[in-house]
Amino acid sequence: MNKTTELTCIRCPIGCLVSVTADAQGNVMDIRGNGCPNGSRYAASELVNPVRIVTSTVRVEGGELPVAPVKTKTDIPKGRVFDCMEAINRASVKAPVRIGDVVIADVLGLGVDVVATRDVGEAAAEPKQDVEEAAEQIRGEREV
Amino acid sequence: MTADREVKIAIIGGGPAGLAAAVSAAESGVSPEDILIIERDHVPGGILNQCIHNGFGLHTFREELTGPEYAGRFVDMAKERGIPFLLDTMAVDISRGETAGAAGKELKYLSVMNREDGFFTIGASAVVLAMGCRERPRGALNIPGFRPAGIYTAGTAQRFVNIEGRMPGREAVILGSGDIGLIMARRMTLEGAKVRAVVELMPYSGGLKRNIVQCLDDFGIPLKLSHTVVDIRGRERVEAVTIAEVGPDRRPIPGTEETFACDTLLLSCGLIPENELSHGLGVELSGVTGGPVVNESLETNIPGVFACGNVLHVHDLVDYVSEEAGTAGRCSAAYVMNPAESRGGRTVSVRCRYGVRYTVPASIRTEYMAERQIIRFRVGAVYRDACVAVDFDGKAFRRQKKRILAPGEMEQVVLGKSDMEAAGVSEITIRIEEEPQGTRQGV
Amino acid sequence: MYDVIIIGAGVTGCAVARELARRERSVAVLERGLDVCEGTSKANSGIVHAGHDAHPGTWKARFNVEGSLLMEELSKELDFPYRRNTSLVIGFDEEDRRTLEGLLAQGLENGVKGLELWDGSRVREKEPQLSDAVTCALYCPTGGIVDPFLLTVALAENACVGGVSFFFGEEVTELCRAGEGFVLKTARGGSYETRAVVNAAGVYADVFHNMVSEDKVHITPRKGEYLLMDKKTTGFVNATIFQCPTKMGKGILVTPTVHGNLLLGPTSEDIADKENTETTAAGLEEVLAKAGLSAKELPVRQVITSFTGLRAHSDNGDFIVGEAADCPGFFDAAGIESPGLTSAPAIGRYLAERINERFPAPEKTDFIAVRKGIPCMADADPEERKRLVAENPLYANVVCRCELVTEGEIVEAIRRPVGAKTLDGIKRRVRAGMGRCQAGFCTPKQMEILARELGVEEEAIVKSGPGARLLTGYTKSNIS
Repeated sequence: MNKTTELTCIRCPIGCLVSVTADAQGNVMDIRGNGCPNGSRYAASELVNPVRIVTSTVRVEGGELPVAPVKTKTDIPKGRVFDCMEAINRASVKAPVRIGDVVIADVLGLGVDVVATRDVGEAAAEPKQDVEEAAEQIRGEREV
Repeated sequence: MTADREVKIAIIGGGPAGLAAAVSAAESGVSPEDILIIERDHVPGGILNQCIHNGFGLHTFREELTGPEYAGRFVDMAKERGIPFLLDTMAVDISRGETAGAAGKELKYLSVMNREDGFFTIGASAVVLAMGCRERPRGALNIPGFRPAGIYTAGTAQRFVNIEGRMPGREAVILGSGDIGLIMARRMTLEGAKVRAVVELMPYSGGLKRNIVQCLDDFGIPLKLSHTVVDIRGRERVEAVTIAEVGPDRRPIPGTEETFACDTLLLSCGLIPENELSHGLGVELSGVTGGPVVNESLETNIPGVFACGNVLHVHDLVDYVSEEAGTAGRCSAAYVMNPAESRGGRTVSVRCRYGVRYTVPASIRTEYMAERQIIRFRVGAVYRDACVAVDFDGKAFRRQKKRILAPGEMEQVVLGKSDMEAAGVSEITIRIEEEPQGTRQGV
Repeated sequence: MYDVIIIGAGVTGCAVARELARRERSVAVLERGLDVCEGTSKANSGIVHAGHDAHPGTWKARFNVEGSLLMEELSKELDFPYRRNTSLVIGFDEEDRRTLEGLLAQGLENGVKGLELWDGSRVREKEPQLSDAVTCALYCPTGGIVDPFLLTVALAENACVGGVSFFFGEEVTELCRAGEGFVLKTARGGSYETRAVVNAAGVYADVFHNMVSEDKVHITPRKGEYLLMDKKTTGFVNATIFQCPTKMGKGILVTPTVHGNLLLGPTSEDIADKENTETTAAGLEEVLAKAGLSAKELPVRQVITSFTGLRAHSDNGDFIVGEAADCPGFFDAAGIESPGLTSAPAIGRYLAERINERFPAPEKTDFIAVRKGIPCMADADPEERKRLVAENPLYANVVCRCELVTEGEIVEAIRRPVGAKTLDGIKRRVRAGMGRCQAGFCTPKQMEILARELGVEEEAIVKSGPGARLLTGYTKSNIS
């Protein structure tokens, strides 16, 4: 039995509505509605092995900003997005960061690097204070 | 009035629009040192710096970039050409002068200030308005309830998360399905927050379809169309948000309330072009877009004052902002380099009719138009299998079939100069033509 | 041991504090919020009432007229925005005209100057936006408007410079007699001894009064919802427009604020919950509907925010001011609802005089009665701007673009005596975040400045109260 799935292509902002027909074994038989070859590739992949680019931030040590934006250089399997986020959350880089710097090489062994997408310069790190201590400081003095 | 400094083209705003306008002006023959980009942040790039997601640049660079990367390309282009920036600098006022500047054109005076140079005046023959837009706040939406901490516009939350590395909340409801709201639904989720729902007043989303797929559907976040927030609980910090379905009159339907426990409400309910400076200068603003009314050169009613990007009308794609800003840069260059521009000639008005809310530009001087004139517009409702109809003086000129037209997505038609000249047209109309079975009502 | 402790840093408490500061004595103000002006004083119409509304012989009538007369002088002394914009009570029919005649007579009896009864065409000539249905109006040239935050802040700052101690985050939970004086305990474990107490606790004034007096009083929170419009509406009306009063109050007014916004409201609803500052869809609709009777073509699309205030309504309908009969040393300023803002300076004087009688203290020779406000970039002309920026480069760094508020102003708001410790505190002092984007753009920047100036971790920064944290942590769980 062939099955037809309607997808919105996410390869570009046009967002074509693509119909993908696959047979019972999941082999793609027919793709319609895509406006370009990217749409056809997307639709075929989305049915059997959906992939996404992950964008997030990593911690920067001694940076003018506390975090630097990063992305997976190419798509990774959609099912590994949260694993990838975990790896990104564990990672950190030292300032200065340059756009394109590899932050995590071959993340999760997927053959894809996580790279910085912005320059972040150096700055002196500020000491951190306990939040509750800070809250008490804001409330101010009292007499006991 | 005297200027402390004089330039030929002052560009207000160093975001995507200002950067592209500057690069284009330099490429059109204006010496880079006669151009000045005034930017209030300490780095150029504008809002793109916090848009760390991908999807930018497919049109401009034929590759998919993140916001900071896209901005970085234009910053590099501007720097390579030696275009000066005034960073950390705020333009607080623009006024018209009586005297002509070096370019032989009426000078505009910009009052600006920064920490190094203090408060001073820049005289400019041409000004490109590229200040961008701001988000609609809670108050403008008249949402009842308490006024606790934890209510942010999506863009503010985006800045916290992506630039400052801070979480504005752990459990959120998002009101409005504009693109920033959708992007933030995914971003918050990836950072470990729980997004309970995205709530949209209209029966359709205000964002791009691709963002609904990759930001909501991918994470199982419900999109509640025809719903709105009817109550915010929590005296100090948000504790819960109540939503309800709305009827065709967009008023809540009693009995449909649903309450979500959460500590955050994000608002993505539309963007408003930021035209306080333009207004102060006397620029005519459109009641529909909130941006200046411009001609084919993206020039406002004040000669030598141009506008582009989100200050002109809110875009959904930065690539189109760059393209539009390129036009503004080119035309501002032509303005300052052409000593005796005639303001006469034929002017064709561009009118919007059924289904079309506005057009940019609103008029075309054929003498100055490019070979290919892009007219951008938005529709007022969702139309399926409808036509964009272009009429020349009431006679059908072109009909373009569209599978879907939605208010969240900017549309465009391109007219050839030769076509317009051949037709000797004096009025162009753009409207939506529905198929006979079409039932949707235009707004 | 203090000589006097004031419970509540609202406008009344701060007015009393400032008057008490004129003499050699120790005074403290205990406030449960993190700032002055956190309760009833923060959400009201900002009107300096002429004084025709209150029944002759009441505290309200006396303090209203006195306060109205004091306000102009005080605004010069303490440099806060006050403008005599005149007020108009409008009528739509013969019954209203009779009401206005009654108000006119009452006003004359209270000693209000310049009152006149106008007909519809004359009043519309002055205020063209008024409804065509208006047939008559009471013209009150002494009616004015004031910034209630800046009035309170100015009083507090001046009191503080005059030696009054302010304690914030100190919610008084116990108040009892101890010998000749009193002991007050707070929720955070604070303990304060004092000879005299001033009860200026707004909607909670009954709670404190009833802790020490057998002559019980009852305060009902009377809820009022408001809508505030963008400054683009400046000039929509110039006078404050009232409708004829009812037993629930002065009705829904349409007024400019001293900063050029347009303010509509309040509704009037007695509630039980003293914390219920929630706005409701019905309330906001009522505001628009009733304001729409006064003026035509209300700029409804220009709404930038809505808010609810609670008025402290006492059962007898009048202010309760003075020493409790059965509790010497306990002074009430209770039931201070409208015209409480107007009355505050007069109540402050009156209570200070009573306290001076009971607890004489020598006058200070070095009391400074003058205070300067924070220089405002938005209101400055180009020359003044140049000077401000030259003197303090932080004045060149615009933080709030809607209201043109600079880092220089924000830093000063924080560093001043009784300075801002919260985002709302900054907003009320220098209007950062008060404009059309309602702090959407400047919140992160303001938080950064506040954390830096207070020397605290940014995550602890709050919007208003201690529980109103703006952030919930870092994005990366492993960032410590």
